[in-house]
Amino acid sequence: MLDDFFIRALLAGTGLALTTGPLGCFVIWRRMAYFGDTMAHSALLGVALSLLFQMNLTISVFAVAAIVSLALLLLQKRGSLSTDALLGILSHATLATGLVIVSFMTWVRIDLVGFLFGDILAVTPQDVSLVWGGGILVLFAIVYLWRPLIASTVNPELAAAEGLEPERARLAFMLLMALVIAIAMKIVGILLITSLLIIPAATARRFSASPEVMAVLASLLGAIAVAGGLFGSLKFDTPSGPSIVVAALAIFLFSLLPWRRRAEEGAIQADTGGHH
Amino acid sequence: MLQTNPSTSPPPMVSLSAAGVRRKGRWLVRGVDFSIARGEIVTLIGPNGSGKSTTAKMAIGVTRPDEGHVTRIPNLRVGYVPQKLAIDWTMPLTVDRLMTLTQPLRGRDIDAALEATGIRHLARAEVQHLSGGEFQRALLARAIARKPDLLVLDEPVQGVDFAGEIALYDLIKTIRNTTGCGILLISHDLHVVMAETDTVICLNGHVCCRGTPEAVSRSPEYLRLFGARAGQTLAFYSHHHDHTHLPDGRVLHSDGTVTDHCHPDDGHHHEEGLPAGRAGPMRIVHAHGPTCGCGQHGDEKPAANTGPLQERGDA
Ligand SMILES: [Zn+2]
Ligand SMILES: [Zn+2]
Ligand SMILES: [Zn+2]
Repeated sequence: MLDDFFIRALLAGTGLALTTGPLGCFVIWRRMAYFGDTMAHSALLGVALSLLFQMNLTISVFAVAAIVSLALLLLQKRGSLSTDALLGILSHATLATGLVIVSFMTWVRIDLVGFLFGDILAVTPQDVSLVWGGGILVLFAIVYLWRPLIASTVNPELAAAEGLEPERARLAFMLLMALVIAIAMKIVGILLITSLLIIPAATARRFSASPEVMAVLASLLGAIAVAGGLFGSLKFDTPSGPSIVVAALAIFLFSLLPWRRRAEEGAIQADTGGHH
Repeated sequence: MLQTNPSTSPPPMVSLSAAGVRRKGRWLVRGVDFSIARGEIVTLIGPNGSGKSTTAKMAIGVTRPDEGHVTRIPNLRVGYVPQKLAIDWTMPLTVDRLMTLTQPLRGRDIDAALEATGIRHLARAEVQHLSGGEFQRALLARAIARKPDLLVLDEPVQGVDFAGEIALYDLIKTIRNTTGCGILLISHDLHVVMAETDTVICLNGHVCCRGTPEAVSRSPEYLRLFGARAGQTLAFYSHHHDHTHLPDGRVLHSDGTVTDHCHPDDGHHHEEGLPAGRAGPMRIVHAHGPTCGCGQHGDEKPAANTGPLQERGDA
């Protein structure tokens, strides 16, 4: 049952989850879920361009996602349209343009579903080394930028006043997001990357006393979701991306119901106990 | 007094000269001149939207001036308490963790700052669970724990009751006295300021007037109003304006003219004494009306309004 390709998928998936944990926390704290979604959707344009010009897939996806995020920053500063309208335009325009370009290229056979929803069968040994190489790079960058990132998330002006250059941290964050999207595309698919970013981080929130704990916990919960989802995907022959997201959702729901009730009961008991 | 002797006063850490910020074709604030030295307390007052926060942000380098100059000594260490700070509930953050937000600190520095602000018992509390006053103190503790050269407090007494306001001002005074840092304080109270204030700058899109507060203790009526304790902490500030801001946003000058804006170089003001471009304590915008009573009147006459700058008036 544990075939070679499955080991590879497991390695790639857990490696990915380690990077999406902390990044997902920032997506939640900075309220950038829709922003991340837009960057992810632009990945299909990256795929189409890489096929059209025969460039490296990961590099073109990274480049397009990075350009889209920078374009968003510039358009936001000009302030003519509201941010959610801009996101809506860019998100679906890039996705649609990518689909149209791909459909014109009748000479290439392309597994569109694999790109949109992820495909464990497509994970090659090179993909595994890409995930781990890129993942370690992303983690190092996050650790190095941790303080400015956290401080500018709390308040950019405070970070700037005390010498932490929030603009630089924000730019670095965008580039890291673009890199993770390029890495994650094959495993969870373009349409579901944001869920892998958000759901484990949201699950980790209630068990965390500090941002650091929340980031580490989100990584671990993400890795568990990836493993569970891949097993399910193999067992029921479902696409890998949706299976991973369903597993993450299951963990989220599980953490929500029993823990909360027990904690509240404990609090109530302690409360009434105190009054006697 | 308004004018400090350059030979005895310490050199400024920050000085603004004719500094202004423009956004979307509109000047938020213009022609701001002042400086802060070590141990000095400068209070910016003015109504909402008068450019107080913008001015403070210019002083500490968060906002760049679109005209004029802002100079800071190299490696100036700033402790900043912004006016509005909402920490998203999705971020788990205790008071302890908040303390090291922008730099690592030694445990005893954290403890000392929490002790000074009286919230040591809240060290493990999540910031989202604090009351308004407690959160304000936590932010102040964070800012002083890093031992700043310049402490910038944007409306620190907002949402704090009168007793809390007195306590907070006393604390700020103690911080200044023990650390010798300079303090830039922002307040929306136009008449009552911290008694220790060395210079009050009254803003409304520009510097309307500036001066030093008068001790409450000199007036028996005010002493009765505030009580002896508060009378030592608070002081009165009397304004001397040579112009009036009309409800429609235009400005009525003492020479009877009405202009859309009021800028230091619009020809309706007297310029006093110091060469242009010089930063430091000075009286650039203050031109005098017959009733201002500031005791600074020289021999200038309304005729000064007919100078060459008259053509540039924006009436
Ligand atoms: Zn004025
Ligand atoms: Zn005034
Ligand atoms: Zn006068």
